[in-house]
Order: sequence, then structure tokens, then C-alpha cells
Amino acid sequence: MTLSRRAFIQRLSFGSAGLTIGLQLQASSFAPADATEFTPDVFVTLEASGTVRIRCHRSEMGQGIRSTIPRLIADEMEADWNKVVVEQALGDAKYGDQNTDGSRSIRKNYDRLKRAGATVRTLLQQAAADTWQVAPDQVRIHNHAAHHADGKKTLGFGALVAKAANLPVPAADQLTLKPEKDYRYVMKKEWELLDGLDIVTGKAEYGYDVAVKDMKIALIARPPVVFGKVKSFDASETLKVPGVLEVVEMPALSPPAAFKMLGGIAVVAEHTWAAIQGREKLKIEWEDGPNAKYDTVAHQAEFEKALEDPKHVVRQHGNWQEAESQAESRLDAAYKVAGLAHATMEPLAATARLTDDGVEVWACTQTPQAAQANVMQTLEIPQEKANSVKVHVTLLGGGFGRKSKPDYVAEAAFLAHKTKRTIKVLWTREDEIQHGYYHSPSYQKLAATFQKGKLSGWYHAMVNHPIGATFNPAARVGGSADLGQGDAPYDVPHMRIVNGETDTFMRIGWLRSVTNINNAFAASSFADECAAHLKKDPLAFLLELIGPDRHIDLQAEGYGYGNYGETTERFPIDTARLKQVLNTVAKQAEWTRKRPKGHGLGIAVHRSFCSYVGAVIEVSMADNKLKIEDIHLAIDCGLAINPDRVHSQLEGAAMFAISNALYGQITAEKGRVVQSNFHDFPLARINQFPSIRTTIVSSDGPPGGVGEPGVPPVAPALCNAIFAASGKRYRDLPLSQFGIV
Amino acid sequence: MIALTVNGKKHEIQAEPEMPLLWALRDLLGMTGTKYGCGKGLCGSCTVLMDNEPIRACSMPLAAVADKNITTIEGLSTDGGHPVQQAWLQFSVPQCGYCQAGQIMSAVALLRKNPKPDDEAIDAAMSGNLCRCGTYTRIRKAIHHAAEQGGAK
Repeated sequence: MTLSRRAFIQRLSFGSAGLTIGLQLQASSFAPADATEFTPDVFVTLEASGTVRIRCHRSEMGQGIRSTIPRLIADEMEADWNKVVVEQALGDAKYGDQNTDGSRSIRKNYDRLKRAGATVRTLLQQAAADTWQVAPDQVRIHNHAAHHADGKKTLGFGALVAKAANLPVPAADQLTLKPEKDYRYVMKKEWELLDGLDIVTGKAEYGYDVAVKDMKIALIARPPVVFGKVKSFDASETLKVPGVLEVVEMPALSPPAAFKMLGGIAVVAEHTWAAIQGREKLKIEWEDGPNAKYDTVAHQAEFEKALEDPKHVVRQHGNWQEAESQAESRLDAAYKVAGLAHATMEPLAATARLTDDGVEVWACTQTPQAAQANVMQTLEIPQEKANSVKVHVTLLGGGFGRKSKPDYVAEAAFLAHKTKRTIKVLWTREDEIQHGYYHSPSYQKLAATFQKGKLSGWYHAMVNHPIGATFNPAARVGGSADLGQGDAPYDVPHMRIVNGETDTFMRIGWLRSVTNINNAFAASSFADECAAHLKKDPLAFLLELIGPDRHIDLQAEGYGYGNYGETTERFPIDTARLKQVLNTVAKQAEWTRKRPKGHGLGIAVHRSFCSYVGAVIEVSMADNKLKIEDIHLAIDCGLAINPDRVHSQLEGAAMFAISNALYGQITAEKGRVVQSNFHDFPLARINQFPSIRTTIVSSDGPPGGVGEPGVPPVAPALCNAIFAASGKRYRDLPLSQFGIV
Repeated sequence: MIALTVNGKKHEIQAEPEMPLLWALRDLLGMTGTKYGCGKGLCGSCTVLMDNEPIRACSMPLAAVADKNITTIEGLSTDGGHPVQQAWLQFSVPQCGYCQAGQIMSAVALLRKNPKPDDEAIDAAMSGNLCRCGTYTRIRKAIHHAAEQGGAK
């Protein structure tokens, strides 16, 4: 039996957290004649009072999605924003994908969200037409009311609920979507932040802040080496700490790591301070296992061996060997980027409570459905009982990819189940830095050949620990060439892009812009080196390197490019757009203006997540110390739905990239992460961060990604600027190891 | 029993004198506006005022604050009406917002001492507060604006 959406009538009520609970299938395809609300789409409920409840199914971590999605729907349905209540959706497959990463909340949902709004608007128009017994085209829906063509009669949205609730929901192809020129909220500059007032008054609730009746706090001493185990432990001193309730041994982790719990010993206490003290007093003997042999510095030799003759060809055209043999000159350079931790300001936190038929979870998660699945797997709850695991999404104090790995949610569920208590698992900063899913350290070798004063060949080889190894220990080569390596948008006759193999010893995961970080650093630094080799202006050289306006067809070269899950018809690699952001940012930074002695400008451009970002950074070097003077960024992200949050994401991306370039370095010795807190994993501070100017290039392309694309071009622009200022080329990040920060 | 005065209200709490103020506020008094970020006084997320001085609640034992007046983000205003909060809203400073209570408390302490700070004074006073999202440039603008609006109150 096929059920239309119409047949699903959602019964909404409010739990203690003000969130939607419960879903009921109504057998009848018609609502009662006196319906007081209707839900023609999973995203929208219109009440007879006129209040519109809009569900945001993506997680808010600073990108403003709780402002963006509801406003987009409200605009499309012609709701008055002042009558909209935003609800955070539970984890539920009915919303489709909820994994808030990959810079795709709007990119992947724009049309669908518009359809949700248009569905409501179309039904209200029909309901008004039926009421007035006129054709629908005699009814205009505007600002929370239906207006009769006679210019006299109007009906508010609320008054149309009962009638609209009994109309058949129109098919997608019967909807007329609002043209961009008619938007009242979308693409407008000034939006107040939905959660702004709660944030500045301390009322906003993050995962760390969840308070549930009778809740206890748990901290876990996790094995310092991944796949390590507890050999023996003594908790006698721990249990003497006032407030400590019990100690629980967690199940040991076996490969693959995936999102499973790391194991260790949990301390359950009345409050956080008791849990902290109790954990310090645990005496644990660990059995480290095979990963204890891993040393990040020593492993560099393996990386270098892996790139001696790497076999995994990602992309090639022309004939690199021929380019080499015919070259009049060539350039070779190797780049290193250190491993990185996410360092979200809010470390991880999850609360779990047993319910009559399952478990209820509150967590700062980017991916409530994966959290739900992880809880089900941990507690062996069968798929048909998915509804018994409810995952509430709190605000996230930063995400950057770490909070899309719900290992911590499984810990809370396991402990709730084991102790029969309501448990909030908190991660300290040390836990967060030392038990991450790290951005892998990487090693890259680039080569360029030149003929007749032009670049004739481009070679880029990369090796890093693949993210895939977290899920399949046999994975030895990253599938990350699509992120800024294989898709090099350069007009070069001969190109060869290859990757090497390596073993993996830690949990590797995605971190804001992923391997674009290292790929763009190497490629855009090397492009700058090529410009210097040819004694050309870096901007002029980049424009020449990108070449004529065209859509680069990687499929035609036999490279199965992923394009961030999009078709190249909708999101081509468009060199004209690349050059436009480059020219825009150069103009904004007054690229040709002469700077004082000791100052230098660096430039880079990069396409990622289907958006284009150009960066110019000005630095000065005095007494071998770096000072960042100015940062300019320009983005073409297609339609900018929430322009202020596009600007703020660029500001944030620049700072994220600069923190990483200056300081970001995770290393392991004997399989253990060396760094532990902000003293040895520092972030840039306000006094290191100058003015920043961001420009959104006007574009009518479909919305591309925004959260991540600002990151990749920043580090190379910074190092290119240092080169321009000092003549010194840094090919190894972070810069703090060279004493210039 | 330890006597605490938070936002003008007296509390008697049952806790060890070594317990950091942060956990007493969050776990014993249910005031979660003050955030944990590092536990070592490195990030400023837990900044509160002690007799108008900014302190890191994560590293301040209860014994040291017993006779002092503590102001937290919840005590700045009930409606977001403080000029610093208003400036934060006007410039849409927060991204994830997690560090912002600490940022705001540091800014309030700055303005009470220096009602018209220049960029350098702002950077000096605010450099103990980390933000991973990248709100520093807006924080600087918002503090200047709050200063113009009499944010020193």
C-alpha cells in the first residue's frame, strides 16, 4: 500500500524540552472538518491560531541554520516571520538526511524546503478560493493572509486551516516556486539571530547544559591508545571521593573503530567535580595493543617511502613523462601539514535516560540519525524499534565534523542502560584533544615542468591516513583526492595526480573542509612557487594557470570525480567563476598598491563544496616575527540565502584556518596523543586577528556550500604572503615550529 | 556549608571548599550560562565577575569566593538589555555562541575599567577569551559600539 504524505497526520505535543514527540498514522486520508492544525509537510504545521511551527531538521553549530531553514520556508509560504515558532526536529528518517556536515544543508535541501513552503501556500490559496468560490488565480497569498482579487476580502492563514486540512496535497510538479526577486526574507542582509537573545543572556541550552531529573554525571578514563584495553584497575580511592556513586568498566573497542565507544573506566557521580576527582584517583593498567608502536614523527619516513613511486593514479591527461623529458626547467617541492583536532569550544556531551520502551537522548550532535543508529547498535535494539530511541538535538558549541561522530552518545546510552540511571557523559578538554577523530597529517610532493616560459606539466602526489581506515582497517589509501587534489582546475597540457598508501593507527575523521586543507595548501603554495620561478605576478600567473572560461569535464578524462555528491550539470567546475572571485578579492585588497617594506601580499583561490573562494592576506615580518595585517575573502556560493551568515562563516573559516596554520599540530608518541589542552594545542587569539573583509560575489547559480569553502585558500594565501614579505617559503604547517609566530 | 552571593542572591551550598566555582554554579545552582571550556583558565569560557574583576570560574575554588559578589551572565540583565548584550545582538556576534558568555563578561569588566577602550585595549582585555568560530572582529566592533552606548554600566 502506498501512502501519500497526506495520510501521515502528525500529532504534535510538547515535551519538557519543547520538542516534537510522537508520530501517529491516521487511517483516514481526511482530517476532521474542525481541524485546529494541519501538517501538509514534515517541516510545517499551521495552527488555527495562525501560529506556524517550522521544524529545523539540521543541527545548529554556529552556521545559522536555525535561522536560515525556517526563514526560507516562511518566505516561500508567505508567512509573517513574527508568527513563526521554530522547533528543532528529532532524529527521524522522515526528514531525509540530517547529517549536518559537508556544507550541504542548503545545497542539498533548497528545492525541497521551497516545495514545503509552496505546498502550504498552494493549499491555502485553494482553501481561500473554495471559500470565496472563485478560481485560485483570483486569490493572492501574501504576508500571512489570502487576498481576494476584488481588493476587499481577506482571510488570515489561521482561518483557512480547517478547510486546507481537507484538501489533497498537490504533487511537486503542480507547485509554483517563488522567484528569487519576490523574496521578502531570503537573501536579505539583516536577520536577527534566532538564538541570539538566548545566547547573550546565558539561557541557550547546549549538550553540556542538559539537565534532566535525577541525572548523574559520568566521566570516562579512556584507553590512551586506540584499541587499547583495561588490563586491571583499582577504584578503591575513587569510591572514597564524596559524591562518587559507582565505577563501570566500559566494553573494549575492537576494529573497526567506526562510531563505537573507546572503552575504559567510567566514574559516575552526583556532580562533575566529584567525577573529575574520582577519575583522577583511578589506578588503571592498560594493555596498549598494536597501535602503541605509532610515532607521528617517525612515521614521516613511511610517508616519504609511500611517495617514492605511488601507484594510485587519480587523474592524468597528456603524458607527464613526456613533460618531464622535454622540460626546459622544472620545480619540485614537498609539503607537510600536521594532524589536527577539532577543538570545539564545547567538548562532547550526551545525556541518556531510559524510558518504558527504550531510551531518550539529548546531545550536541551533528547527526541525530547516526546517533540513534549508534544507540540502537550499542544496546542491541532492533531496527523495527527505532522509534523507541528518541534523539533530541541541543545547540552545538561548535561542530567542525567532530560532532558527526556519535561515539559519546553511545557511551551515555550504554551507561544509562548499565547503571539504570539517567546519565550525562561529559568530555573534558583533555578528552576532546586526546580522543579525537583527527584530521590526518599528510605529506605531498609536487612537481612542475616548464616550456617556453609556460607551465607544461603538473604533478601532485599525496599520502595521508585515510578516513576510510576508521571504518575499514584494510583501507590504505585515501579517497580524498576529490577534495582539492584531483580536481585541480588548471589549464596544463600534462597532468598526473597520484596517491600513496599507508597504515593507520588512530581514529581519522573529517574536519572542516577535510583534505582540502592540505591539498589546497600544497597546490596553491606550489602555484605561487611556479609564479616566482617564472618571475610572474602571482595573480597574473593564477589567471593564466586557470586558463580560458570553460567547464572542466573530469569524467571525460576518465576520472570518476565525486563533486561533493552533486552532478556536474548543476554544479560544474566553472573556471570563469574561479577567476571572478580571484579578480574580486584582488581588487578589494588593492593587489597592485605598493605596500610598506617588510609587508607582503599572498593570494590563493580554491573551489570546494561547489563554491568558489578567493583569498588575499597581507602580512608583515619584523625581527622574524609574523604579523597578519589584513585578510580579504570573496566567495561565489551561488545564491546566498542568509548573507550575514555567509559573511560570518567566511570570517570563521579564516580564523579556523589561521589557528590551524599557526598552531595546529596533533602528534602521537607510543600511540598516545601528546597534546592535551589549549596550552599545547593553541588557537589564535583576538590580538592575532586583524580586520577581515568578506565579499559575496553576486551569482544566480544554485546555492553551493558555505561552512567549509572559506578554509582551504587561507593557509596558502598566508604562506604566500610570508614569502612575498620575506623571501622565505614555508612548506610545513604549523608555522609555530619555526619560531615566527 | 559555604555561603555564596551570586547576582545579588545569597546561597548556602553543601560542597567542598576546593570545588571550583564553575561546577558549583552549573551543577549545584543550576546556572548553566557559565561554560566549561578547558578547566585550566586557558580559554575564558567560564569568565564571571568577582567584585567586578573578571575571573575564571573553572580555576577558582569556592573557598576563595565565599565573601565576594559574583556576577554571571544570568545576572547581567534578565532581558538582554545590557548595552554589551545589545551590541552583541546588533552586530550578530555569536556563531555557535558557546564562548560568548565569557566574552561578554570580559567585555563588561573592560568597559567598567575603561569606558572608551581603543583596539589595543580591547585586544589586551579580550585575549584571554578563545573563540573557535571566528567572532573576534565582530567582538571588537561590538565593544566599541557598546562603549558609545554607555556600556560601562
